[in-house]
Amino acid sequence: MALGVAGPDAAATPQVSGSTSDSGADLELVRVTKAFGSFLAVDDLTLTIPSGSFFALLGPSGCGKTTTLRMVAGLEQPSSGSISIGGTDVTDRKAYQRPVNTVFQSYALFPHLTVLENVAFGLRRKHVPDAVARAGEGLDLVELRHLADRKPAQLSGGQQQRVALARALVNNPAVLLLDEPLGALDLKLRRQMQVELKRIQIEVGLTFVHVTHDQEEAMTMADTVAVMNAGRIEQMGSPAELYELPRTAFVANFLGQSNLLPGTVREVRDGWVGVDVAGTRVVVPQARAVSQDGSVLVGVRPEKVLLLPASEDLPDDANVIGPGIVSDVSFTGVSTQYQVEVPGLGTFGVFAQNLAGGASAAVGDRVRLAWAPGFTFGLDGADDASDGVDLA
Amino acid sequence: MSIAAALSSENAASVGPASGPALAAGPTRRARSGAYLLLLPGLAYLVVFFILPVVALLATSLYVPVPGGDVGQFQPAFHWQNYPDAITAFWPQIVRSFAFALIATFAALLIGYPMAYVIAIKVRGKTLLQGLLLVLLIAPFFTSFILRTVAWKQILADDAFVVTALKWLHLMPEDGRLTATAFAVVAGLTYNFLPFMALPIYASLERMDIRLIEAGGDLYASGLNTFWRVTLPLSMPGVVSGTLLTFIPASGDYVNSSLLGNPVSTSMIGQVIDSRFFRVSDYPTASALSVVLMVAILILVGLYVRRAGTEDLV
Repeated sequence: MALGVAGPDAAATPQVSGSTSDSGADLELVRVTKAFGSFLAVDDLTLTIPSGSFFALLGPSGCGKTTTLRMVAGLEQPSSGSISIGGTDVTDRKAYQRPVNTVFQSYALFPHLTVLENVAFGLRRKHVPDAVARAGEGLDLVELRHLADRKPAQLSGGQQQRVALARALVNNPAVLLLDEPLGALDLKLRRQMQVELKRIQIEVGLTFVHVTHDQEEAMTMADTVAVMNAGRIEQMGSPAELYELPRTAFVANFLGQSNLLPGTVREVRDGWVGVDVAGTRVVVPQARAVSQDGSVLVGVRPEKVLLLPASEDLPDDANVIGPGIVSDVSFTGVSTQYQVEVPGLGTFGVFAQNLAGGASAAVGDRVRLAWAPGFTFGLDGADDASDGVDLA
Repeated sequence: MSIAAALSSENAASVGPASGPALAAGPTRRARSGAYLLLLPGLAYLVVFFILPVVALLATSLYVPVPGGDVGQFQPAFHWQNYPDAITAFWPQIVRSFAFALIATFAALLIGYPMAYVIAIKVRGKTLLQGLLLVLLIAPFFTSFILRTVAWKQILADDAFVVTALKWLHLMPEDGRLTATAFAVVAGLTYNFLPFMALPIYASLERMDIRLIEAGGDLYASGLNTFWRVTLPLSMPGVVSGTLLTFIPASGDYVNSSLLGNPVSTSMIGQVIDSRFFRVSDYPTASALSVVLMVAILILVGLYVRRAGTEDLV
């Protein structure tokens, strides 16, 4: 069996393996650039995606993520650079000569073929024996065997999405490309498909490269997320790494929310960087600071921040900002979101879990903001503190 | 429902605002009969200018000459023998008409499909270029059909550049010619009906999602393979309408065969009908041939559409 990476229940799951097992191959992009006229869609991108991983390319529209995907699929030719799969250079190969399959954003199911024939299409072109039987097994994987004889137009959006997935998966590609595959589905179905996609990826063990602008989607499914902006990768890592330690203002704002405060480095001592933020001293662990001199941005995630009444004693080992005035309170059930206006620093966001039930501060209250210094991150002061805010 | 009933139900609805559920069905029924009324002018037009002439044609095809009468004098009869007589006398022209029409349709498909493909798929998104190419495709319609065919006569003439060039290239014997040949007739038919082939195919291809072609490539189908498996099947409705719009008028055409052909070896059935009607005043034979042509086309088209199975397409 070609699916060596499949889970322990592999015997019970339908085999979607191909005779040519290309799975288990790294995807490598080396200095790939794509220009459309004078517009640089992808700018000198170098990237290695290990085999068997669920990799997400996350970014706002126009950041070059879809162009990158299309270059891997062979639907777009790089202006320069090379792409290789499992050590084989495929840069000059046509789409149909690459061991890669795509789940298109609009699904692109063939309207004149039945669901089964759609799924069998790639197998037939590769002259795989028993293509129809294998296509049926592919439909089992997405639990749609009972609709095999329907035409795509007779299916719901979610069902079409699964057919598109089965049509790509049955070919057992070295890399499966997903172009905003859940974009057309409603929220509930999207959540359900996120879980299912992850299950299928673990089950078949193929390399998935998933392009999306939805940060929640990327973080839920992917092992590794690369945040793209203006044709470049801003930062790459596990969802938790990216979230807890963003290295640019764009990542800090695009992935979740951040409070970013401009400041100046005053001292570096014992593994800590002391920063002057509008007259208040804030410390950043040296390992979490991108820049250790001059002007910097100090950041902290809203759920790490505690609201303290202005009168309360301050813990001396905490970073404290304020006092400020609560300008907005929104209760969302699980948590309460506060907006606090701090004179000279602007608006600060705070998420508090509803541990005690109900909000702990009201609009107009004077509060201080405190957080453990270990959660602080330091960014380059040249970054625009609002970069990526509107795009998220 | 009659007009009077429609009017009265309208009155009832407008007079009685407090009317009960009994009248609830009124508006929809009225709207439906109103829509049928809209068909009346078209129906009247068809009865006067299509149904009645066809009945007259069928009747004339069975007429017999007035005994001892002049040329062109006929009287009503049920002389069915007119049909076998007409077919026996003119079967070569009937067969030739369908053969020429078939070749012209095939040639128009081979020329027209790539044109439609380029305009609909290759230059998609380049609105200006696409519009320009479409205008070029339709441009022949700005000149009369007859004039264009006469122009072809000039182009294919013995001393014109096409023949001269072919002879110079030794692609044609010194005594060869193009005018008054079957080639000229078929070429004229192909040229004149080309837009009728290309436009429906363009309309089909224009609706097609380009991503389907990409999906074909993504699923290991080469360009040609994707064309056979995806693009062509999806454009079949256009191909079927294009071939019908070319084949039907081409098989009845007499302009190309009279202007570009010769009276002996290229005459088509339309030409025969024309001369039976207007030169020798043999109305029953002309009518019988018209009916034969009509029925033959209906049968051929019926078989073709059934075989093409358009209802299976999107």
